[in-house]
Amino acid sequence: MKKLMLGNEAIARGVYEAGVTVATAYPGTPSTEITENIAKYDEIYSEWAPNEKVALEVAIGASIGGARAVSAMKHVGLNVAADPLFTASYTGVNGGLVIFVADDPGMHSSQNEQDTRIIARGAKVPVIEPSDSQECKDFTKEAFRISEEYDAPVIVRLTTRVSHSQGTVELDDRENYELKPYVKNPAKYVMMPAMAKRRHVSVEERMAKLKEYSENSSLNRIEWGDKKIGVITSGIAYQYAREAFGDVSYLKLGMVYPLPEKLIKEFASQVETLYVIEELEPFIENQCRIMGLKVTGKDKLPVIGEYSAGLIKEKLLGETIEKLNDIQDEAPGRPPVLCAGCPHRATYYVLKKLKLTVSGDIGCYTLGALAPLESVDTTICMGASVGVAHGMEKARGKEQSKKTVAVIGDSTFIHSGITGLIDMVYNNSSGTVIILDNSITGMTGHQHNPTTGYNIKGEPAKQVDLIKLCQAVGVDRVKVCDPFNLKEFEQIVKEEVAADELSVIIAQRPCALLKHVKFGPVLTINQDKCTKCRMCMRLGCPAIVDRGDHIEINPTQCVGCDLCPKVCKFNAIEKAGGQNE
Amino acid sequence: MNNTNIMIVGVGGQGTLLTSRILGDVALASEMDVKVSEVHGMSQRGGSVVTYVKMGEKIYSPVIEKNEADIILCFEKLEALRWIDYAKKDATIIINSQRIDPMPVIIGKAKYPEKIIEKIKANYKKVVDVPALDMAKKCGNIKTVNVVMIGVMAQCTEIEKEIWLKAIEKTVKPQFVDVNIKAFNLGYDFARDCFI
Ligand SMILES: Cc1ncc(C[n+]2csc(CCOP(=O)(O)OP(=O)(O)O)c2C)c(N)n1
Repeated sequence: MKKLMLGNEAIARGVYEAGVTVATAYPGTPSTEITENIAKYDEIYSEWAPNEKVALEVAIGASIGGARAVSAMKHVGLNVAADPLFTASYTGVNGGLVIFVADDPGMHSSQNEQDTRIIARGAKVPVIEPSDSQECKDFTKEAFRISEEYDAPVIVRLTTRVSHSQGTVELDDRENYELKPYVKNPAKYVMMPAMAKRRHVSVEERMAKLKEYSENSSLNRIEWGDKKIGVITSGIAYQYAREAFGDVSYLKLGMVYPLPEKLIKEFASQVETLYVIEELEPFIENQCRIMGLKVTGKDKLPVIGEYSAGLIKEKLLGETIEKLNDIQDEAPGRPPVLCAGCPHRATYYVLKKLKLTVSGDIGCYTLGALAPLESVDTTICMGASVGVAHGMEKARGKEQSKKTVAVIGDSTFIHSGITGLIDMVYNNSSGTVIILDNSITGMTGHQHNPTTGYNIKGEPAKQVDLIKLCQAVGVDRVKVCDPFNLKEFEQIVKEEVAADELSVIIAQRPCALLKHVKFGPVLTINQDKCTKCRMCMRLGCPAIVDRGDHIEINPTQCVGCDLCPKVCKFNAIEKAGGQNE
Repeated sequence: MNNTNIMIVGVGGQGTLLTSRILGDVALASEMDVKVSEVHGMSQRGGSVVTYVKMGEKIYSPVIEKNEADIILCFEKLEALRWIDYAKKDATIIINSQRIDPMPVIIGKAKYPEKIIEKIKANYKKVVDVPALDMAKKCGNIKTVNVVMIGVMAQCTEIEKEIWLKAIEKTVKPQFVDVNIKAFNLGYDFARDCFI
């Protein structure tokens, strides 16, 4: 049967067909749908872990326990999971272990543009890279064979365009994979110096064997065409190259680490001009250069951003695109915004009003950095808000902590904010941390997390109590407040920032997009009462629009959350179709 | 056979993903090779979103580039303008006449361009503007704007109506099938004379 599937969905299908029984992940665009789709198969145990490090450790445990296991994450997630990765490379596997890592060239939804192949090479973990949905499924199954035969975790590297493009996929049945016996084996699984020294030797031997495998693997293939031009490429770049160059010769690499050097030499020797086309870092290209091959690649193509067929044509073939009109330039940008009804809007309104320095974090609430809220001062990585606020205090003294807050989402706090908070407790901080508890992992599309009370399948689960958690690690001042109670919230923030002790404020209000959230009727501005003071405009609500001569509420955007009437001093904002109260 | 390249452009939250899913299903049912490229994540939060649907004998890149689109389905006027460079000279451009102000306009830092549809019409021959929001309201559910637009587009392809209807039935939640079929028909009938 043929089906149209997202790359990520096809990965999930491959996981199913490979007989996997344990899947664990932390969400992150563009990897999230892998695990969401795996969770639809009842044969596979799946879970959202609190972060990528834990997720990978769980998958390692399942593999040592004899099951085929997977973990999925975005590129920066692999940084969090790097510690277990580098040593799991030494222990190797029992049941096959495959890690899906999705890079984001062009940074559609990420804070950096790192290249997973470089971390994988550092960890000496083989990498395979599919270029469409069918390959996502097929390569996943091959990854398990490699993992078990060569005793290595295997990374399947994806990029946004592979993960988030749909293509046709031929479905097969699920393999009946039998749990392997678990045999205690400290020489393989206890990595202390004496054992690790021997395992490092095994790792090097395995990589040499994998190189041989790479030479003959069906993952790497030559497509002969016109031999004037030869293109070495992999992943989505292969698709772009095919479209840009047409009928020339291609060496399409499915296994990008270790590389098949003999195959590359053989291919290079038969073509006149050799190109290497790969997004981000010159990973394949540098290897070609080390081998002494003359190639064209990053000397003409960028290491920044996404590629496209058009870009390749422009940079390598000198073709330009004809401009068919001159009207497009007038289009103003449309950056993403906090949704109408978003609880974070109220929080930032207050923080801005109090002119606080805001150590920010990653989630929907990062959007509070944009106009008109423009509240957020820093965003580094998940969890960093807490440590950064603490560091500011230590650099600039207690006075700084009286005008600084850290803001962090519920999912992000559990991911890696809690350790920063423990640091603050332990090292005598007088800072203020605001946990933006919207009862969901919002940014990545509504995944449950340990604070929501539900598991990945939507079944009730034990709920981490944020108040008790903060108290338990030693925070004595923990306050809870709905940020839509603007006055009370402002008062609490003022008090806690001024306090000489460490405090946590839990700003609690569910995400406006959650199904159970219901608001009142749509709002409207009574133009007779409106003085155009523009206070409501400071909220940055996508429903409140400045029309020049008047301000109005767009009824198709307004959700009736009732926040704006609270900032209007003239009672000019009313429920549509009636008076206030 | 040449590829057919369709772009769906709009504002995060307008249902572009569902639209591309329906289109993909239609392409698959007509036994063509098909690729659909979507953007999830950050830009979904009220940002500018674009989805590419390519169908034909063999599709490599899932992405449509400048001067390559045969059809652009625009869910919002400003987004039509933003992506207009992607249209072929003889492309069909279907525009929902709805206006959604982006934040720079809302806070007065930029102007919403005037006479967008007129300008596009001056540069491209096959431009259809559709009061899709009003039509969706008429169906009783403003969320059906996307399916009204699909109905309009269906008129300019050679794919049979039955295939479209089946794809809609397959893709939308069972309780919304009826209202969506109604929305499709409204768009389909609206466009009856648009593409001759
Ligand atoms: C290490 C790492 N893993 C995953 C992500 C992807 N990511 C960005 S924000 C976010 C979750 C945000 O959820 P929450 O903290 O609850 O805030 P919300 O979006 O709900 O406001 C995730 C998983 C990331 N940027 N970095």
